[in-house]
Amino acid sequence: MGVEAKLGDLGLVTLTLEKAVNWSRTRAMWPMLFGLACCAIEMMSAQASHYDLSRFGMELMRASPRQSDLMIVAGRVTRKMAPVLRRLYDQMPDPKWVIAMGDCASCGGIFNNYAIVQGVDEVVPVDVYVAGCPPRPEALIHGIITLHHKVEKEKLAAHA
Amino acid sequence: MPKNDSGRHLPPMRPEAPVTESVGTPEAAPFDDPRLAEYRHLVSERAISGETVILNMGPQHPSTHGVLRLILELDGERIITCIPDIGFLHTGVEKNMEAKTYIKALVMTDRLDYMNNVGNNLAYALAVEKLVGLDVPPRAQAIRVILTELQRLSSHLVWLGTHALDLAAMSVFLYCFREREIILDIFEMVSGQRMMTSYIRPGGLWRDVPSEFEPAVREFIKIFPRRLRQYERLLTKNPLFIDRTRGIGVISGEAALEAGLTGGALRGSGVNYDLRKAMPYSGYEQYDFEVPLGSTGDVYDRYRVRMAEMPQSLRIVEQALNTLPRGPVQSANRKFVPPPRSEIGQSMESLIHHFKLWTEGFDAPRGAIYSAVESPRGELGVYLEGNGGPKAQRVYWRTPSFMNISALPILAKGHLVADLVGIIGSLDIVLGDVDR
Amino acid sequence: MSGLDEALNVLRTALGEGVRTVTDFRGETTVEVDPARIVAACRAVRDAPTLKFTRLAGQTAVDYWPDEPRFAVIYQLHSLEKGLRLRLLLRLQGDAPSVASVVQVFPSANWHEREIFDMFGIRFTGHPDLRRLLMPADWQGHPLRKDYPLGYEEVQFTFNFDEIDRKKPYAKE
Repeated sequence: MGVEAKLGDLGLVTLTLEKAVNWSRTRAMWPMLFGLACCAIEMMSAQASHYDLSRFGMELMRASPRQSDLMIVAGRVTRKMAPVLRRLYDQMPDPKWVIAMGDCASCGGIFNNYAIVQGVDEVVPVDVYVAGCPPRPEALIHGIITLHHKVEKEKLAAHA
Repeated sequence: MPKNDSGRHLPPMRPEAPVTESVGTPEAAPFDDPRLAEYRHLVSERAISGETVILNMGPQHPSTHGVLRLILELDGERIITCIPDIGFLHTGVEKNMEAKTYIKALVMTDRLDYMNNVGNNLAYALAVEKLVGLDVPPRAQAIRVILTELQRLSSHLVWLGTHALDLAAMSVFLYCFREREIILDIFEMVSGQRMMTSYIRPGGLWRDVPSEFEPAVREFIKIFPRRLRQYERLLTKNPLFIDRTRGIGVISGEAALEAGLTGGALRGSGVNYDLRKAMPYSGYEQYDFEVPLGSTGDVYDRYRVRMAEMPQSLRIVEQALNTLPRGPVQSANRKFVPPPRSEIGQSMESLIHHFKLWTEGFDAPRGAIYSAVESPRGELGVYLEGNGGPKAQRVYWRTPSFMNISALPILAKGHLVADLVGIIGSLDIVLGDVDR
Repeated sequence: MSGLDEALNVLRTALGEGVRTVTDFRGETTVEVDPARIVAACRAVRDAPTLKFTRLAGQTAVDYWPDEPRFAVIYQLHSLEKGLRLRLLLRLQGDAPSVASVVQVFPSANWHEREIFDMFGIRFTGHPDLRRLLMPADWQGHPLRKDYPLGYEEVQFTFNFDEIDRKKPYAKE
């Protein structure tokens, strides 16, 4: 691991800047409160004490997009809501990630009709899709950890 | 430097900001903005002159319990007019259900009022059974009652958690979700899914409950009353909570009936209307329970009504579990109810019924019925019209939250914005119910 | 049911020829009335002391396209004191029908009629605030009509991936 392995216990650790930045981004990723429908209830269950999300650094759900990094689109997005979703995504500062939680956000789910956007990736770029209707809190946590793995492999210039 | 009453020095006063000319004149009118033009006839004169502020409490908001947009006309912090703008979760469920056969459309009913999945299934199953004239065996009716009351408890727990969270009592939220996990475990044991069970189907249930069901429910009945007392101790006599909820959002009984309120919001104003007593369904007339009523019709009374409904639900669950009859859980009428899997391998008729029911569906007679159940939010009614074919002519969901929100302008008038949060919480709205 | 016979008497007295048909299906009574007399009918059953149908439980419309008369508007009434339920029905012709609003009689009809206007295109004369409720304000068409398509998207497999991808309404930057 570098210098300290050869010189013994100096009380310091060396690593690349990329790893440090990615480490800090994953350990304190603040989600934005974007619960729309049924998946929001499972997201709230994941936030509550049984399947705790705070152990992943997501203690609070920030209601303001300006203070959050992660947008978990939980629930079905209608054509009326899609411009609002886009606007909120644009208001989030870089670096930002999107998890499409549930079937309705990933592909329109069981609602294949005039009112529902068939997959939220028509509106915002999605990093991780979590399947389920609604996905269990454990599935959501699996999705978040997958996102963490993805972020840990990112290059520094990914969010220019 | 001038001293105030307690003798402390006041900081120097900043020079008064000059009043800009645009305040209070037609140039500052917010209604020139075309996005607000459609509300022009709803707000008062002072908004058009610019004296009051138009605030958008947008679809994404921590306290609106979903995607509800409110356009508030504010005089300082006081609400003059409140205009709800709904439709951000309109899923077109009614049209989608009309495009599916009766059995397949059941799956979409879970997702309407997503806090009351089992209740929605029950409402639809009762409607279909009434339309085609299908019988339901007594064991299925009793299990339906148990699951519906457990769902009512789970919905009230989420209501309590989010209501308290909005009024800044966060620990109640965590406790309520802890109890809810036990109920969701029971649902998962019975149907395989935590929330969208699709367990209650026309003609009975999907399958019989497993043997672990009864011990799990009895365990829950044992531990829940103490937990309820914990919540009561935290909130009911809490002076902060009472300050924020007493005298807020008052509506009288007649006004509530005229506005179309049902459920806890109506019973908080003293009107005794509970569909489980007024139009009993699924064997509710056998069980002994009370319907709590409020008196003043404010947020506090609605809270007390729902808190008192929870032990009553537990009472019903216990009675139903004690008197659970034996027998089949599905109607034997193979023209409408698909046969169980074990029968298909042995009887040719069962195979044919299974094939026909799952591909083409059964034909419903011409005619229309209206069947209502008591959801945790109020009167959930289904108007089902058949046209002689396998797909419904019209499925209309009379949802309680739709009417409850339409009463919000009446309830919110003259209150502060901070009170509005409590009022919305007390109405117990679920946006999936409102927008369908 | 004697309560509902009473209701029929009241309606016949108030409307005379306005009562068209009376159907009884699965224990529920539906009375078809003349669309021009709907406000009088509602007022009659609300104010009659033996009936007191003070609650409008639900109001909706049905589209029978391509059959004529195309639309039917349903009023589900409920009497809290007497425990009775009654359904009033009226039939409307054509593609852009209109009928009088019952907001003066039942204030809770406000949002129900807005929703019917939004979904079916039936105009209610005398309604204070008739605009779209559930769909966006600039939406074209009335979704719950039978000639309005469901609007579904075909399943995207590998062989038709690009074809469906081209039709998808992506957000413009």
